[in-house]
Amino acid sequence: MVEPLTIPDTSPGSATTKVASYDIYLTRFLNPDGTLAAEPPAFATDREQARALYELMVRTRLFDKKAVALQRTGQLGTYAAVLGQEAIGVAIGHALKAEDVFIPAYREYAAQFARGVPMVRILQYWGGDERGMDYPAGTPSHHDFPLSVPIATHIPHAIGVAYAMKLRGEKRVVLASCGDGATSKGDWYEAVSAAKVWNLPIVFLVNNNGWAISMPSHRQTGAQTFAQKGLAGGISGEQVDGNDVIATRFVLERAIERARNGEGPSLVEALTYRLHDHTTADDARRYRPEQEVTDAWDRCPVKRYKAYLEARGFWTAADEDALIADGTAIAESTAQEFLKTAPQAPEAIFEHLYERLPKSLEWQRDEVAARGPVGGH
Amino acid sequence: MPNLTMIEAVNLAMASEMRRDAEVVVLGEDIGRNGGVFRATLGLLDEFGPDRVIDTPLAETLVAAMAIGLSTQGIKAVAEIQFSGFLYPCVDQVVNHATRYRNRTRGRLTCPMVIRAPNSGGIHAPEHHSESLETTFAHMPGLRVVSPSSPTRAYGLLLAAIRDPDPVIFLEPTRLYRLFKQPVEDTGEALPLDTCFIDREGTDITLVSWGAMMHDTRLVADRLAEEGISAEVVDIATLKPLDMDTILESVAKTGRCVIVSESPRAGGWASEVAANLAEHGLLTLFAPVMRVAGYDTVMPLAKQERVYIPDVDRILREVRKVFDIAPK
Ligand SMILES: Cc1ncc(C[n+]2csc(CCOP(=O)(O)OP(=O)(O)O)c2C)c(N)n1
Ligand SMILES: [Mg+2]
Repeated sequence: MVEPLTIPDTSPGSATTKVASYDIYLTRFLNPDGTLAAEPPAFATDREQARALYELMVRTRLFDKKAVALQRTGQLGTYAAVLGQEAIGVAIGHALKAEDVFIPAYREYAAQFARGVPMVRILQYWGGDERGMDYPAGTPSHHDFPLSVPIATHIPHAIGVAYAMKLRGEKRVVLASCGDGATSKGDWYEAVSAAKVWNLPIVFLVNNNGWAISMPSHRQTGAQTFAQKGLAGGISGEQVDGNDVIATRFVLERAIERARNGEGPSLVEALTYRLHDHTTADDARRYRPEQEVTDAWDRCPVKRYKAYLEARGFWTAADEDALIADGTAIAESTAQEFLKTAPQAPEAIFEHLYERLPKSLEWQRDEVAARGPVGGH
Repeated sequence: MPNLTMIEAVNLAMASEMRRDAEVVVLGEDIGRNGGVFRATLGLLDEFGPDRVIDTPLAETLVAAMAIGLSTQGIKAVAEIQFSGFLYPCVDQVVNHATRYRNRTRGRLTCPMVIRAPNSGGIHAPEHHSESLETTFAHMPGLRVVSPSSPTRAYGLLLAAIRDPDPVIFLEPTRLYRLFKQPVEDTGEALPLDTCFIDREGTDITLVSWGAMMHDTRLVADRLAEEGISAEVVDIATLKPLDMDTILESVAKTGRCVIVSESPRAGGWASEVAANLAEHGLLTLFAPVMRVAGYDTVMPLAKQERVYIPDVDRILREVRKVFDIAPK
């Protein structure tokens, strides 16, 4: 842990500008064992709402497990698992309103599911099929952005999206998320620095999962927290226990409503842990102590929240069995649907390139069409 | 002599030069303990320590800019960008600074640096991991752009790139990384930059390529040989500055030329070669110069990448056109 900064005394005659008196606040309602750290907000004491959070978390975990299994058996391309970070996606999914815009990184599947992305789309995407980024009309996801593999480059889009909302006088909010590593990129700083200039309705979410591939998060910056990176942009920053779904939803809802009410942007750093390898192409044993992972399982968001629900009398062993059975069946049928996806026509590589394919490219498309399918994949 | 893959040859070149020259450093994302995502820097951290094997924060602009700063101080910086698709944040640094400090300071500050990146498609990688960026950089004055097509060339050209007094973009074709091995001896001998290599001699047609597409181009030459057609294969190797002399000489001999490139066709480096042939070699040609290139589309995701990437059939089709116009 980095020590807090102390600024050297000013020399006589120099002037000071008080910019902030600053502590980073960490919100948590549930202790790692599921006992209460604080009195929970209303949504967590309502049986149906409370159960819905858990169900999405577990369904996401079962989906994730299936995706990894598909990759391991050569049926899916490289896949970025969300194991251990499910609570954040669930919280985003429940905190955003349908009309809001979500600009994700690539591990927030639960939020995407909640906003209407069919699970099969995520498999198609990692399976190397562009149609996996087509999110269905009639769902909130239809106006959301697709996953962003180039790190942090999507974050400044939030500035333009939020500006458009403001221009039109809409009471909508943008949530743009990324990892801890992403906060090292200029793109990220540019967005965080600009957001307050127009007091835009944006929530910047940093999923601090402890690692950026092989780099531990403390190797990205000398700052004590990622939350404080908002300070220089005039944005309030706070931390939340990202493995506590109640706290994460609570903090995000608060930030989102502030933005909706014209109070401008904020930054939320969600503390979580990447229990899986970075992706299926990675082997974390090369650089990460196994003990760290074992310890992190004690903070698992699913286990913690289940204990809470049980203690409230909201969840039974029978509920659990039913959910696992159903979630497993859905993951399985999703996998089957993915594997049965009819291939695109070869000339589909010319689709959606421009609104209308320019005449000068027609011969290329025709050449591809005439050739037909090419061996390989 | 050890048999090495291209990725092992790249690794060997860096280790070898770091042993010889204490002022060579490597930097980039995940290059230390992890040895780089393709393992190009495997073992370097243990041998040379964290001061010379620098794991940077996740920031490509920083990586390029830090390499510039280091190199102005005479430290030979070998930067790795994880995939060429993430080179774009370096463009500003390279075009506005790395290639200009020598010029702007009248030679006071120079940038003897290398930016290495895996390049091109064909390995079923995720989105943004399969692009071919050579033309983007080849268009920049003051830069060297190099792409090896075999383990031996990777070793010799990377040594040359590290020793070169000016900035070099070194694009390593991912699908050749582990495709075949060659005996590579750690002689410390560099190959020349700024020159094409005659990969195979021939008399009937000149096939010109570089990087990953050299593999398919060689296969085409094999196929043609079975038909009694003798193809000369030219590996451009250093795209910028372009050695047209070797290509013109070859075409003067064969009278036919097909250029093969994976990057998109419009304004690509194949076009540069073709334009030079039109200016300086037209009268030696029996048939039009043909280009085989990636289509002018976004690089497709994995399932369709083979539709995009030129292959033996597509190259052969252009070769046939040439011989239809100018039979042997
Ligand atoms: C611009 C860019 N540089 C490098 C990469 C390769 N890469 C993919 S994920 C990753 C680490 C990201 O770490 P973090 O932002 O903490 O997100 P996490 O994967 O931990 O969720 C890197 C370096 C990339 N995708 N984009
Ligand atoms: Mg991370």
